[in-house]
Amino acid sequence: MAVLDHRAELNRAGANATGFFGTARFLMRRYPLGAVGAVIVVLFVLTALFAPWLTAYDPTSTNPRASLARPTADHILGADFMGRDMWSRVAYGARISLAVGVGSTFLGCLIGVAVGLTSGYFGGWYDLLIQRLIDIMQALPLLVMALVMAASLGPSLQNTIIAIAIPLVPNVARVIRSNTLSLREMPYVEAARAVGMSELGIAVRHVLPNTLAPLIVLATAQLGAAILTEAALSFLGLGIPEPHPSWGRMLSESAAEYVRTAPWLVIFPGIAISLAVFGTNLLGDALRDYLDPRQRT
Amino acid sequence: MGAYLVRRFFLMLLTLFGMSVLIFVLLRVMPGNISDILFESAGLVNPAEKAKIEKELGLDQPLVVQYSTWISGLLRGDLGYAYVSEKPALDEILPRIPITAKLAVLALFFSIVLGVPLGVISAVKQDTPLDYALRVVSLSGLSLPSFWLALLILMGFVHFLGWIPIYTDKPATIWHELALLSIPAAAVGFRASALIMRLTRSSMLEVLRQDYIRTARAKGASAASVNYDHALRNAVLPVITIIGIEAAFLIGGLIVTETVFNIPGVARFLVEAIRWRDYPIVQNLVMFIAVVVVVVNFLVDMAYVVLDPRIKYED
Repeated sequence: MAVLDHRAELNRAGANATGFFGTARFLMRRYPLGAVGAVIVVLFVLTALFAPWLTAYDPTSTNPRASLARPTADHILGADFMGRDMWSRVAYGARISLAVGVGSTFLGCLIGVAVGLTSGYFGGWYDLLIQRLIDIMQALPLLVMALVMAASLGPSLQNTIIAIAIPLVPNVARVIRSNTLSLREMPYVEAARAVGMSELGIAVRHVLPNTLAPLIVLATAQLGAAILTEAALSFLGLGIPEPHPSWGRMLSESAAEYVRTAPWLVIFPGIAISLAVFGTNLLGDALRDYLDPRQRT
Repeated sequence: MGAYLVRRFFLMLLTLFGMSVLIFVLLRVMPGNISDILFESAGLVNPAEKAKIEKELGLDQPLVVQYSTWISGLLRGDLGYAYVSEKPALDEILPRIPITAKLAVLALFFSIVLGVPLGVISAVKQDTPLDYALRVVSLSGLSLPSFWLALLILMGFVHFLGWIPIYTDKPATIWHELALLSIPAAAVGFRASALIMRLTRSSMLEVLRQDYIRTARAKGASAASVNYDHALRNAVLPVITIIGIEAAFLIGGLIVTETVFNIPGVARFLVEAIRWRDYPIVQNLVMFIAVVVVVVNFLVDMAYVVLDPRIKYED
């Protein structure tokens, strides 16, 4: 059973789509907001990948003469207090943001799927224990949990990823668990058991692939949350350490006092965060409509 | 129902107990305690003095002893002494709570007043340009980091009015205080309203498809009567459910917003305490947040039973 059979889905939806471009054109017409989101996300990823080719300055090299330079042809987005080029920092910041966003979403989903799948499939005391653990972890807001985790692990890129991934786990585990509970009762699971397949084999081979659609939907939604949380952590000084150009960190350096004197230091990193999250949210909404129409909002 | 209540209550206690263990362990594995930080910043390296400070603060005790000291104190209402100010932790935390509570209530008010009507409009005008515009607005609300929104508001004040709203400890009147607090509350509330709006919209769409709505239309009820009397009253139920989630959302928003606006509330205090490894403050504050979230969720569950007679919890 192919879960993500795009071609069949599209033909049912009445798309007379042939080839890659035909399909793309149909999807764009059907989900205009999602297409905008996809474009933003692609731009975001490309900026992160090709940052060294897109910028003229090193994001960490300082230049006292350019301190607080206004946006000009030389420094298109201006320069910060230490004379570091803002465009370079924003472009390289995309790397950090993407790394933390994708890294923590991936890690969180990986653990969440393992936990949710096993607790939903095997049930019993193990399930009870996991559910209580999830309750406990959900008693704290994402940011508070991430704050405590980040502080306890110490500031580094790797630790920030872990600090954001762990609070994402309960959400993923809950969705996967409830999905697994209903899948467990499916006739094909019974059939697999009848032909003598091992329980673990059934869980991985038959149940897991069928949780893929809700997982993709969930992961895109979490990606936005992860990027925002990284920004907030770094803004509070507990995320990515200096001299890495993190968008949130750039705002904390510039914050309140530069609101008066150098607004470009406040505006551009904020636009970068908002655009990246906006793009993933738009894309996530469209993906949800497409892959999981029951949840349609 | 009674048995369900009791079971829910004990599960809540269990959750809070687990939370306390989790918080305690997380804080103790943090690299460096306050004595390290004090010594680093002062440049002192006398091990005897450091050991003395650790002994005074009880940091040399085994973890189990430290934990039981904390919990037994907590149950007696004794939160210990803050490391940094050396005042009782309770005296440090309590005076800061009202400010944050006022902010949170104001922000919740903004988010409902903005979110519910816009969600209804968006659902009633489904797939029109207005609906698209409102959905984009609400999605962008979810995409703006709240600290940036706060900074933008500050920038607007500087640019157009030439002054920055500064929260003082002693606002002249309650109206003055409300006016000062409503600016950061709006920044947090706008973000939270996006969540409410999305849920109101999807819940309204669901209800508008029901048979009784068609019946109401068929008997000639006006559009306004159908939308507000028949649909909204049923659609608003799921919206109440997320007030619990909303509470968690608001606390996250308040942490950064209080920092930007320099409001001496409890949320900003948490960040400061974390930076200083001020365990008594951090662990009690985080517990306090957990209690708020858990209790709000409990109350929301109960309110749901009262508001929706179809729901009956099995004993």
